[in-house]
Amino acid sequence: MSRPETLFDKVWNRHQVAAETPATPGVLYVDLHLVHEVTSPQAFSDIEARGLTVRRPDRTFATLDHSTPTLPAGADGSRPYVTAQAEAQVHRLEQNCARHGIVLAGWDSDDRGVVHVMGPELGLTRPGMTVVCGDSHTATHGAFGALAFGIGTSEVGHVLATQCLMQRKPKALRVTVDGTLQRGVSGKDVALAVIAALGFGGGTGFVIEYAGEAVRGLDMEGRMTLCNMSIEAGARAGMIAPDATTIEWLRGRRHVPEGAAYETAAADWLTLASDPGAVFDREVRLDGAAITPMATWGTTPDAGAPIGSPVPQPGSDSDRKALAYMGFTAGEATTTQPVNVVFIGSCTNGRLPDLRAAAAVLRGRRIKPGVRMLVVPGSEAVRREAEAEGLDTVFIAAGAEWRIPGCSMCIAMNGDVVGAGQLAISTSNRNFEGRQGKGARTILASPATAAASAVAGVLTDPRVYLQETAIFKQASAARAPLGAQNV
Amino acid sequence: MSDPFKVLTSRTLVLSQTNIDTDQIIPARFLTTTSREGLGVHAFHDWRYETDGTPRPEAVLNRIDPSEQRILVAGANFGCGSSREHAPWALLDYGFRAVISTGIADIFTSNALKNGLLPVEVDAATWEDLAANPDQPVTLDLEAGELRRGNHAAVPFTVEPFARQCLLDGVDPLGWLQKHLAAIEAFEHQSVSEPVA
Ligand code: SF4
Repeated sequence: MSRPETLFDKVWNRHQVAAETPATPGVLYVDLHLVHEVTSPQAFSDIEARGLTVRRPDRTFATLDHSTPTLPAGADGSRPYVTAQAEAQVHRLEQNCARHGIVLAGWDSDDRGVVHVMGPELGLTRPGMTVVCGDSHTATHGAFGALAFGIGTSEVGHVLATQCLMQRKPKALRVTVDGTLQRGVSGKDVALAVIAALGFGGGTGFVIEYAGEAVRGLDMEGRMTLCNMSIEAGARAGMIAPDATTIEWLRGRRHVPEGAAYETAAADWLTLASDPGAVFDREVRLDGAAITPMATWGTTPDAGAPIGSPVPQPGSDSDRKALAYMGFTAGEATTTQPVNVVFIGSCTNGRLPDLRAAAAVLRGRRIKPGVRMLVVPGSEAVRREAEAEGLDTVFIAAGAEWRIPGCSMCIAMNGDVVGAGQLAISTSNRNFEGRQGKGARTILASPATAAASAVAGVLTDPRVYLQETAIFKQASAARAPLGAQNV
Repeated sequence: MSDPFKVLTSRTLVLSQTNIDTDQIIPARFLTTTSREGLGVHAFHDWRYETDGTPRPEAVLNRIDPSEQRILVAGANFGCGSSREHAPWALLDYGFRAVISTGIADIFTSNALKNGLLPVEVDAATWEDLAANPDQPVTLDLEAGELRRGNHAAVPFTVEPFARQCLLDGVDPLGWLQKHLAAIEAFEHQSVSEPVA
């Protein structure tokens, strides 16, 4: 019997064109290359300057998401771009895709969405694949048992030209989350708890495999949220072994095989799981049953704690600077300061179950006067489904703004910004200084927490509201995604 | 690709805070560019300028002569966050040619090496000494893999061997990857049966 292998080993080995040597990196084949407007223009220029073409346009898919406005076009069809340069960047991708024969989910497409929301929902992302994108949250796709990681623009050019990357194999870290999650605790809370445990750079040099009962109990969207934030611990990628949940979620999606071919593919996907006895370079275990709704207090994603717990004493100058920036005091809870902005969306939490969880809190309630709340679906498909369920009317009735898909306030480069000094509860993935706008103060949390905080006007544990909501009891009794039954 | 990188001797600039992320190095609102050039004015923008755009005179990055201080000494976990290659582009355009830290993020390292910005990881004691002596000239000898300063013993550092060779020769690694095209085609025939779409 051969040496037991990890999920990561198996996917890596399947894509090795040339093995690494002491002097040279390995050559790794890329099955799926996702492209967006911000990190690609220089890569297209690079290959064109060398007289090269896109080698596999059939393995390259593009979308518009980062610098795109989330307000609709005006009567004359013009889009409210934040600057002429943002508009020019979008046009550049349109031109590059047209010139190189790449399918672009552009403004007219029903498929357009944030790149990491769109790929899985079209069935482009599949177990066992290698997926790359010029974006550090590419790890999202690892929820399907793909090896998915972010690359820089030079590497985007390499993949455009050769469909391959030069890589040395990272180390393997297994994070096992045991037990059953409490009601009202989501994939986002698990992600924040894992990052707090690993530390901000604690995953540097590793690919993480998430395992354990609590991880297996997450739906695909919760798994995507968890894998999405792997980079916030410094890890290149996060992966979860494909199982029945994966196979059912992908079945029938546009680009997956049909009929018997699907069953054949699915049988192969199930063989990808780490073998018993596979050795990881590092192992970390968490008790999932002990995780409660989480929120960050600092300016790095690992600076998180259960909602209501006191802010820890600063251990370094950087901690002190973070507390000064956030306006929080050690020893006090972060649940008293008025919240100015609530953002629900992004590739972390802009999917349908995320919007349902937020709507379950907001139904029949209104957000606190003075709070600005933006709900931005992760894709056109999410928008359609949410509107078909009437979630948009729940948000609008509660006093929130319902926007069209895009990255929006996650990265704040399209004009959707949090003002200087304002406190935001955000379902996105980064709370860095200025990430949501110069001087903006960001607390990262789950969609349910964000919605509850919008209602209360201060950071709030969503279980306060969910306990009063009948749907919560039903949903949790059925052990289905929060609020999934009749919203 | 940039000029070959063999030996660099320069005074350093110390930014000792840990976890300097890519949003600090180059805020996202400056990413709407379609070229690599000209990002230096926006490097560490929100540290250097007031909200109305006026330069903050007390900001150290506005006071130094970047042609004199080409080595950035930064706190642990430098370059964490986004995969944006705009971060090394901005640092290079500002004037830096090397970054020294006790820990540098993976993607940042990969991006820096492809653009001729040398990332150097050192032990904590060396870093403390560098941080305590901001103006002292430091020599980074890539060929020898050594950091030298004053009359201290040379400190060895390592750079991924292939990237190191590319830096020393001033060549872009894409050419090396292209030499594998026959192997890539063979691999596609043999192993990649399933179309993506
Ligand atoms: S939503 Fe945020 S993290 Fe996700 S791709 Fe867009 S900018 Fe990046």
